[in-house]
Amino acid sequence: MILGVVNEKCSGCRTCQALCSLQNLAVWNPKKAALKVIPRFPKPGEYEVGVCNQCGVCAKICPAEAIYRDRDVYLINEEECTGCGLCVEACPNNVMVMLGDMKAPFKCNGCGECISYCPREALYDVCGGDKK
Amino acid sequence: MIYGYNQKLLRVNLSTGRISVENIPDDVVREYIGGRGFVAKYMFDEIPKGADPLGEGNKVFIAVGPLSAAFLPSSGKIEFGAKSPLTGGYGDSNMGGHLSAELKSAGYDMIIIEGIADKPKYLYIDNDRIEIRDASEYWGMGALDTEEVLKNELGEEFQIATIGPAAEKLLKFACVSHDFGRQAGRTGVGTVLGSKRLKAIAIRGNKDIKVFDPEGLLKKSKEMYDTIFSLPGFTEWAPYGTADITTWVNNVGALPTRNFKHGYFKPADNLTGRDIREKILVKDKGCFCCPIPCGKYSKVEKNGNEYYVEGPEYETIALCGSNLMLENIEDVAYVNYLFDNYGIDTMSGGGVVAFALECCEKGIITPEQVEYKELKFGDLDSIEYLIHKIANRHGIGEILAEGTKKAALVLGKGSERFAIQVKGQECSGYDPRNAAATILAYMTCDVGSHHNRAWAITYDVEVGRFEVKGKAEKVIWMQHVRPMLDTLTVCRFPWIELGFSLDDYPTVLNLVTGFNYTWEDLKRLSERVWNITRAFWAREVEDFGREYDWPPARFYEEPTIGGAVDGMHISRDTLEELLDRYYSLRGWDKNGIPTREKLEELGLSYVAESLGL
Ligand code: SF4
Ligand code: SF4
Ligand code: SF4
Repeated sequence: MILGVVNEKCSGCRTCQALCSLQNLAVWNPKKAALKVIPRFPKPGEYEVGVCNQCGVCAKICPAEAIYRDRDVYLINEEECTGCGLCVEACPNNVMVMLGDMKAPFKCNGCGECISYCPREALYDVCGGDKK
Repeated sequence: MIYGYNQKLLRVNLSTGRISVENIPDDVVREYIGGRGFVAKYMFDEIPKGADPLGEGNKVFIAVGPLSAAFLPSSGKIEFGAKSPLTGGYGDSNMGGHLSAELKSAGYDMIIIEGIADKPKYLYIDNDRIEIRDASEYWGMGALDTEEVLKNELGEEFQIATIGPAAEKLLKFACVSHDFGRQAGRTGVGTVLGSKRLKAIAIRGNKDIKVFDPEGLLKKSKEMYDTIFSLPGFTEWAPYGTADITTWVNNVGALPTRNFKHGYFKPADNLTGRDIREKILVKDKGCFCCPIPCGKYSKVEKNGNEYYVEGPEYETIALCGSNLMLENIEDVAYVNYLFDNYGIDTMSGGGVVAFALECCEKGIITPEQVEYKELKFGDLDSIEYLIHKIANRHGIGEILAEGTKKAALVLGKGSERFAIQVKGQECSGYDPRNAAATILAYMTCDVGSHHNRAWAITYDVEVGRFEVKGKAEKVIWMQHVRPMLDTLTVCRFPWIELGFSLDDYPTVLNLVTGFNYTWEDLKRLSERVWNITRAFWAREVEDFGREYDWPPARFYEEPTIGGAVDGMHISRDTLEELLDRYYSLRGWDKNGIPTREKLEELGLSYVAESLGL
């Protein structure tokens, strides 16, 4: 599962962000989601959604080699992560988060739930998996 | 710590510059829940009796609820309240967008703004870092323009609420604006911020909100989204937003036209959700976590310029479209933009302009008063002329900026008969004169005439518009349910219009908080708040009573012209009967004042005492 996005369909509702934080971190915190929703208002009136395309830049840069590949997705081994934050800075899509009290960053783990609950069908699986 | 809350209140005094963070006690959380409940409770307790709405004593209360920032359908509402400069009584208004989630994530459930700044300021909130900052350079700027400038300066992550120049000039129905087109429009909450010289509030937050049962809640939330996705209303409404009902309202003869003289407007066929989509739409724009979304962000060209505006929504179509007799959606969108950037409530704004046009027609506003310009319904130039006058308080605008009720007092000559307001607030976009529950809802709404406490028009049409039996009961029932949404701070669209079960409210609330509420409990809490707001009126307005619930004569003396209910109107006797029934069901006296027994039954002895009952 690799996330793709059709920006034109997005309504900026951030359901994906709210879901992602509850699904994966068991809290409400849209700022901790592994997606970014960037509004461009008042002009031209568009949204751009940043998603993790599993490019692996984070894994390459990690000095502790704490980020590994598991099928389509890169995951963080929190035991090995030193919390240096280099990956967060390096992420080309700016979708890794490490806020406040977090010991390790959080990134998209490919759960695919945001695809199922995006009300606009703006998110999809580029590998062609069906919406649940 | 109660799950789902920060239990923190941020108090900012603009006179002294003092900023403090206070605890919101457990019992307040349990008994008032959030949003409107918090606003009503703190307003009643903290505003000194007789405070001037634009003076040092008034405060602005901004509250979110237990469901704010949640992964739950349409959990993005935020409540603003203050003693209303438009009505003199209890005032609140809510809006969507993303401010609610941001405030909650910054670690607060409420902000209370007190005092008056000596110079223009804005409030900066970045989690725990709070500053009162200089806003001199933004003073005089449009509400939308200010948001744009502040976003550029502070960064996209900040959510921003602003007021426009109308609020600075103390126009009595100025709104609070956010997210380029969401407004806390009613009762002049923006005006109160203007009187305090607070131009904007900018918030950024990134804290966790912990919930009682994250797993159970995740499951329940997903079910609720799945329910919405499967409802026919979802696919029907999503593309057109609130404007989807224009045609229906017109067909049943309830579309306000020509200052509520008629209930049918043929050209409204060009003012529908479809017209928005086909002619002016730029983007479907959603509030936080909203699956629908009703926001239709649009663009119109006028005089070689492009104007971006969110909407027009149904209420704006009704009050600035048919009610002003504008015949195409582009003109309505342009009027919408003018009001939005001035920071004026489009509903009251449309009502006031319609009132002025009728006064011009009847010679009550004299040609000198409008610089010998011929002002007519249906003419965009006339309407734009009046909007600039009103927003800037120039000429006749000085009188009109006070709202229709006060303007009619000054202008006289029978104009109060067609000043379309109750308690000083201009009516919503449904002609109520042929709909018993709708008119009773306007009469008894606790912020002055407004539809959101009890949207009864479809019910009226369904059960018989002039039928009186059961109407007071139904209005009260709606007044229990709908304000609960403003308390939990979720949007009525998915929660009522699309149809969740009432049992979903306590279920969700309990999963979030760990409480054990039933719907009956919530209903009782809702009733408590309704009695507090009524008591606030009774305390603040010296001769408050039945007379304040009375609608303008046009509704019960003049038959509507044209459309499905041509020639008909409700009678004065029916209105008296409806009110009697309503008061008695509410446990209030004949004058509409809560009785001591009722207040005690609701655990509000202290309210009874403060009324001297
Ligand atoms: S849930 Fe979908 S529509 Fe909403 S912000 Fe995310 S991508 Fe956009
Ligand atoms: S796929 Fe899962 S982890 Fe990745 S962004 Fe979506 S919800 Fe978050
Ligand atoms: S239905 Fe409209 S107002 Fe309600 S939350 Fe959705 S977008 Fe906002």
